[in-house]
Amino acid sequence: MKKFVLFGLTAWVASAAQAVDLSGYMGYQGRYFLHDTLMPGQSAGAQHALILEPEFQYDWNNRRDQFTFVPYARLGEDDAKRNHFDIRELNWLHDAYPYEVRVGIIKDFWGVTESNHLIDIINQTDAIENTDGEDKLGQPAVQVAYQADWGTLRGYLMPFFRERTYPGVNGRFRAPIVVDRKQTEYEHDLGRMHPDIALRYSHYIGDWDFGVSHFHGTSREPLLIPRLNASGEPVLSPYYQIIDQTAIDVQATKDAWLWKLEAMTRSGQGDRFYAAAFGLEYTFYDIKRTGIDFGVIAEYSHDTRTNFAPQTILDDDIFVGGRVTWNDIQDTSLLAGAIIDRDTKERYVSAEFERRLGQNYKLELESRFFIGAPINSVGYFSRSDDYVQLSLSRYF
Amino acid sequence: MFKSLFTVASLSLVSASAFALTADEILAKKDQVTAEELGKMIAQEADRRDIGWSTSSQKMTMKLTNAHGESVIREMRSKNLEIQEEGKGDWAITVFDTPADVEGTAFLSYTNILEPDDQWLYLPALKRVKRISSRNKSGPFVGSEFAFEDLSSREVEKYTYKYIGQEACGELECFKLEAYPAYEHSGYTKQVALIDTAEFRSQKIDFYNRRNALLKTLESSDYKQYLGQYWRPHTLFMQNHLTKKSTTLNFSEYMFKDPNVRESDFRKSALKRIR
Repeated sequence: MKKFVLFGLTAWVASAAQAVDLSGYMGYQGRYFLHDTLMPGQSAGAQHALILEPEFQYDWNNRRDQFTFVPYARLGEDDAKRNHFDIRELNWLHDAYPYEVRVGIIKDFWGVTESNHLIDIINQTDAIENTDGEDKLGQPAVQVAYQADWGTLRGYLMPFFRERTYPGVNGRFRAPIVVDRKQTEYEHDLGRMHPDIALRYSHYIGDWDFGVSHFHGTSREPLLIPRLNASGEPVLSPYYQIIDQTAIDVQATKDAWLWKLEAMTRSGQGDRFYAAAFGLEYTFYDIKRTGIDFGVIAEYSHDTRTNFAPQTILDDDIFVGGRVTWNDIQDTSLLAGAIIDRDTKERYVSAEFERRLGQNYKLELESRFFIGAPINSVGYFSRSDDYVQLSLSRYF
Repeated sequence: MFKSLFTVASLSLVSASAFALTADEILAKKDQVTAEELGKMIAQEADRRDIGWSTSSQKMTMKLTNAHGESVIREMRSKNLEIQEEGKGDWAITVFDTPADVEGTAFLSYTNILEPDDQWLYLPALKRVKRISSRNKSGPFVGSEFAFEDLSSREVEKYTYKYIGQEACGELECFKLEAYPAYEHSGYTKQVALIDTAEFRSQKIDFYNRRNALLKTLESSDYKQYLGQYWRPHTLFMQNHLTKKSTTLNFSEYMFKDPNVRESDFRKSALKRIR
């Protein structure tokens, strides 16, 4: 009997292993900084990294049960803090329509605007990866959804907080003193074990898509407080406050126009404050029957936060950009734009180009420039960090 | 039990055939109606013969070939939901399996007849669901010779028609019709379609561009009948005459009325769990 059970189990494991779908990518990334370093210890010139992000999927019960595992690793960087490993996803999903449950380490995205991910709050930003805020750390959570004709409700319980990542002494994009995560402090006594909760309602009516959400818990953005570490060196200590954030996001899709709005109000970091990001995207499709699309994007971000809240660069900023999509076999695309601060006139200019090579490789070029930041701005510390980056990834 | 099932099945066959017209019955009215009315009758009959399939799922392999004969492959899975409500078109969801860098990308579309379709795109790397504009009718679908409007659900009211005549199409006899897009932003002035008189299946369509020049030809072949009623092509071959590029779309594993294909799979909220 025992033997039989063991045989059965082995057979099951073997068949499950066969049914596991492996995808994802591994790639090389080279970043070249155009200017000399400003801070002692920072690495200059070229930086090289190897990136691995495999994805394991296993489905059963006609895909109504799904298991996902996505580990992530960045290796070979000069900055030890940038060499890191993370579990982006490790979760089980059960679809029992109208209910849906997802348990484990999850990733989710809220929002509509391109230049500012103002209301996206479930996952912590993996800030050492990129400056655009689009790389996220996996978030331990239980997520329950209820889907009805009147829309979808998603509730999230997040029992464990993920700290934001920061560059180390050798890294670029940092202040003269580095962030020391050993000095991290929390407003709440439970610290990183504080159970954060969120609720989101989303729906669409005709060509209007919208969502309303509320988050109660640990702010994903910390205050950075200068202090001395154990060896008496000056460091920045992250301080995470408990916040309540209520947000809306709306997109109206009218012919070739997309009208977008994200807005939120937050309490818990000094006075209650408001912030909004809104704008439009207009696309010229199939220009002169070439198949090429050209989109024009214009957005504005406004934020009324005070110094009791973590600083944002998007306080009074205009974004103008363009997106070219070739719609060719290689899925070639280019996204370029500039964020311009209306007050300080500093500019953050960026361009991203990508193209598939053959069936399984992807080439990405990325460039970012930080221009004209005055001495009292956060951007001032990055004034020497303009870079061009090349990534070549093999997908499998 | 078996008997009652059989009775229901034969009843539905009777009711379907009660409304169905044969090619001869349609042609008998040739002198009583205009060429436009006759063209529409043929399109309506083709549509009527395809009522009741409810849901379908299928695999698609797209082979894109350039003017030098070099080709690449893309694989997709799609599901369709029949919407019988007046003035609404069918729903479809397509998931990409290859190329590997777009694996898991999903495209959800609710067809509207003359209004723009409702469309969402799911980007798995960002877990982002984006409502997208369906203004782009004439642009290429994933670099292929199929435009978005060629792959959108073909609903009778999207076009006006004109009966041209009859001609041989392979071993079959075909109606020849012209279809003029009634929706905005089409890349075509007209489509010239050959529909066989035996089963009202689209065999060939010539697409004329805005300059009224022959742009592309679509040939549909390897038809098989499902559930004793619904004919589906297993090969679509689109030749672009101007660029000399072509795209072959092969369908396989057609499944109709699969209990595992549910209406809830076509909801916007389902995109975040799609695989």
